[in-house]
Amino acid sequence: MATLKELAKRTEGLVGGHRACAGCGASAAIRQILLAAADKPTVCGICTGCMEVVTTIFPFTAWNVNLVHNAFENSAATTSGMEAAYKALKRKGKIKGDINFIAFGGDGGTYDIGLQSLSGAIERGHKMLYVCYDNEAYMNTGYQRSSATPYGAHTTTSPSGKKIPGKQQKRKDLTEIIISHDPAYAAQATPGYYMDLIKKVEKALAADGPSFINVLSPCVPGWGYPSEQTMNISKMAVETLFWPLYEWQDGVYTINVKPREPKPVEEFLKLQARFRHVFKPGNEHLVEAFQAHISRQWERLLRKEEASK
Amino acid sequence: MKILAKTGNEAMAYAMKQINPDVVAAYPITPATEVVQIFSNYVADGEVDTEFVAVESEHSALSACCGASAAGARVMTSTASQGLALMHEILYIAAGNHLPIVIALVNRSLSAPINIHCDHSDTMGSREAGWMQLYCANSQEAYDSIPIALKIAEACGVPAIVSTDAFIISHCMDRLEVLEDDEVQKFIGEYNPKYFALDLENPKTYGPLDLQDYFFEHKRSQIDAFSKVLSTYNKVAKEYEKLSGRYYPAVEEYKTDGADVAIFTAGSTADTAKEVVDELREQGRKVGLVRMRMWRPLPVEEIKAALGKFKAVAVMDRSDTMADFGGPVFLETRGILYDLDKKPIITDYVYGLGGRNVEIADIVRVYDEISEIAKTGKVKKLVTYLGVRGEE
Repeated sequence: MATLKELAKRTEGLVGGHRACAGCGASAAIRQILLAAADKPTVCGICTGCMEVVTTIFPFTAWNVNLVHNAFENSAATTSGMEAAYKALKRKGKIKGDINFIAFGGDGGTYDIGLQSLSGAIERGHKMLYVCYDNEAYMNTGYQRSSATPYGAHTTTSPSGKKIPGKQQKRKDLTEIIISHDPAYAAQATPGYYMDLIKKVEKALAADGPSFINVLSPCVPGWGYPSEQTMNISKMAVETLFWPLYEWQDGVYTINVKPREPKPVEEFLKLQARFRHVFKPGNEHLVEAFQAHISRQWERLLRKEEASK
Repeated sequence: MKILAKTGNEAMAYAMKQINPDVVAAYPITPATEVVQIFSNYVADGEVDTEFVAVESEHSALSACCGASAAGARVMTSTASQGLALMHEILYIAAGNHLPIVIALVNRSLSAPINIHCDHSDTMGSREAGWMQLYCANSQEAYDSIPIALKIAEACGVPAIVSTDAFIISHCMDRLEVLEDDEVQKFIGEYNPKYFALDLENPKTYGPLDLQDYFFEHKRSQIDAFSKVLSTYNKVAKEYEKLSGRYYPAVEEYKTDGADVAIFTAGSTADTAKEVVDELREQGRKVGLVRMRMWRPLPVEEIKAALGKFKAVAVMDRSDTMADFGGPVFLETRGILYDLDKKPIITDYVYGLGGRNVEIADIVRVYDEISEIAKTGKVKKLVTYLGVRGEE
C-alpha cells in the first residue's frame, strides 16, 4: 500500500479551483481515490450530479485524467463501454499498457436512477471500479430525498412538517445489493478514514473484475453543519456505527473498524441540521427507532462477518 | 461478386460483420433481435474482433456505445421502436458529443397500443436528435447503406441511423449482392479520431457542463457538422457506386419525366409504388414516384428539384405528428416547397400504421385521387388516413 508520503508526491487527478462547496466530502473523497489510483493511467466516467457540475464547467476542468460525462443514470454503462473499447483497441495493438477505469456517481445516480445500469455493468464483469459518493440525498438539485437518505432525515422532498417528521423510510442497503452480484471486490468507506479509503481503492483496482466502493460523503449544505466539520462528521458516522467500514471479497466480510465503545447514534445526528427536528420534545421515539435500526444493522453485519470466516 | 439469399436483418448483420467494429453494445428487440443475435454468433465464432457488450437495456446499449466511441472505438448497435425510444435521451448526447455511432434499425410502431409491426413513428419521433437518417426500400439497400452511413458518420462527426421496414424487409428473404470483406474495409478505411478518451498523453474532459456562455456556439457547431452531411453523402454514395455498381441518391426519382403527379414516400412502400407506376404508365397515365431515402439532414434542394415540377404531390406518411395536420414528411415537405414560385398542390396520406398492409389498390387509389386534384385544382381532403375502418 502506498504511504502518505508517496501519495503526497503523486500527481493529483482532481485539482483545486473547482467550485465545490467549502468542506465538500465528495470532492475530498474523489481526490483521495485518484491519488490512490495514480500509479497507473486512469480514465474516469461520471454521472450528472454535484461532482460533475462543480468540476467541469466549460471551458474549465479540474480533472487531470480523462473524464467522460454522459448522463445522470449511466456512468456505469458508459464506463463499461470505455473498458470494452480498451479491450478491443488493445487487441488491435492501438493501445498499450494497463488503464484503471473508475466510474463515479452520487447516490441519486447510483442507488436510484442508475441502479440498473450499475447492476448490468457488474454482472457483465467489466474490469472497472464504481465509486458511489453517497451524500444521502439529491444534493445537486437542492437536497431532495433519495433511497440513500436515512430514516428521519429532513430533505426538501421529505421535509419535517407539522405532521410528518422527515423521511419515513429506511435507507436502502446498496452495498449489500452489489455484493449479491458477486463482484471482484466491494467495500464501504468514508474520507475521514482516508488511509482505509486509499487501501480499498488499491484493492478494488487490483481485483480481477468489477469492484464497488460506497463512500459516505458528508455534504455541508445538505446535512447542515459548519464546513470545517466534514472529516469529524465522517469519522463520527463510523464511531456511532451509522456507516460501518467493511469490505467484501470472495464471500468474506471483513469489518475494518470496530469501535471499542460505539457512541450512541445521536452523537452523529445532533451535529446536523437535517436531524434537528428529531431532538424536539415529543420526538424521542424517532431517535430510539433510529438507534434500533443502526444497532440491528450492525449486529447483522457482525453475524455476516462471523459466518463468512 | 457474391450473391446470397438474406433477409433485411441478415443483410444488416452481414454488413456489420464486414465492417468488424471495435465495439457493439446492443439489446435485442423485435423485429431487430436477429441483428444482435446473428452478430453475437459472428463474435462467438471468431469471425469478428469486436468486443460485444450484451447490455441490460437499450438505454445502456447507447450509453455504452457513447463510452466506447468517446474512448476512440468504431462503434455500432441495433434497435427498433421502444428500444429507440428508451435510447432517446442518449441519442442527443451521442450527437451533441459528435460520436459517430451507427444504428442498424428496424422501423416498428411505438406503444400504445403495443404492436410489433412496421411504421416509421420511432425514427420520425427522433428526427430532432441530430442523427443522419437513411430509410431503405429493400435488403440490398440496407446492406449497402451500413458502410455508406458509417463512412459519412465518421467523416462528419455525426451519428447515423439506417432503417428498414419491420418484417416487410427485416424478415423477407431477398437476393443480396455482397462485397468482399477487404473491399468493405478499404471503403470505410481505418478510424482514427482526433480526440479520444483513451489518449493518455492528452487528458481531456468529455461532455462537460456547458452553460449560457458557450452552449449556443457548441450547438451551432453541431448544426454546422450536420450541414456537411449531405454533400459528404453525395460524394460517398458515388464512391460506393464505383465499388458496387449501385447508386442511391438522397432523393430518388422514378419515372418522373413528363409526370403531372407523384407520390412522395419512403421505405418498402416506395418499391411497391414503383410497380404501380409501371402499370399506370403502361396505361398512358402521367404518374411518377419520388422516394425519400434521407430524412435527416433534409435534402432540401433535391426535394425542391424533384417535387417542384409536378401539378400535385401525394405524400405517403407512415407515421403521424399528432398535430392534427398529417404526418411529418407532409409537414416538412410543405415547408420545403413554400419558397417555390410555382408550387404543386400537396396532400397527405397517412398509411400503414402498426403494420397495416398497403396494397397495390391503395396506391392506385392515391394516384387516382391526386390525378383528379391535378385536373380540378380542388382538394377535398388534405389529410387522408388510408384504409382505416370508418374513415370514408
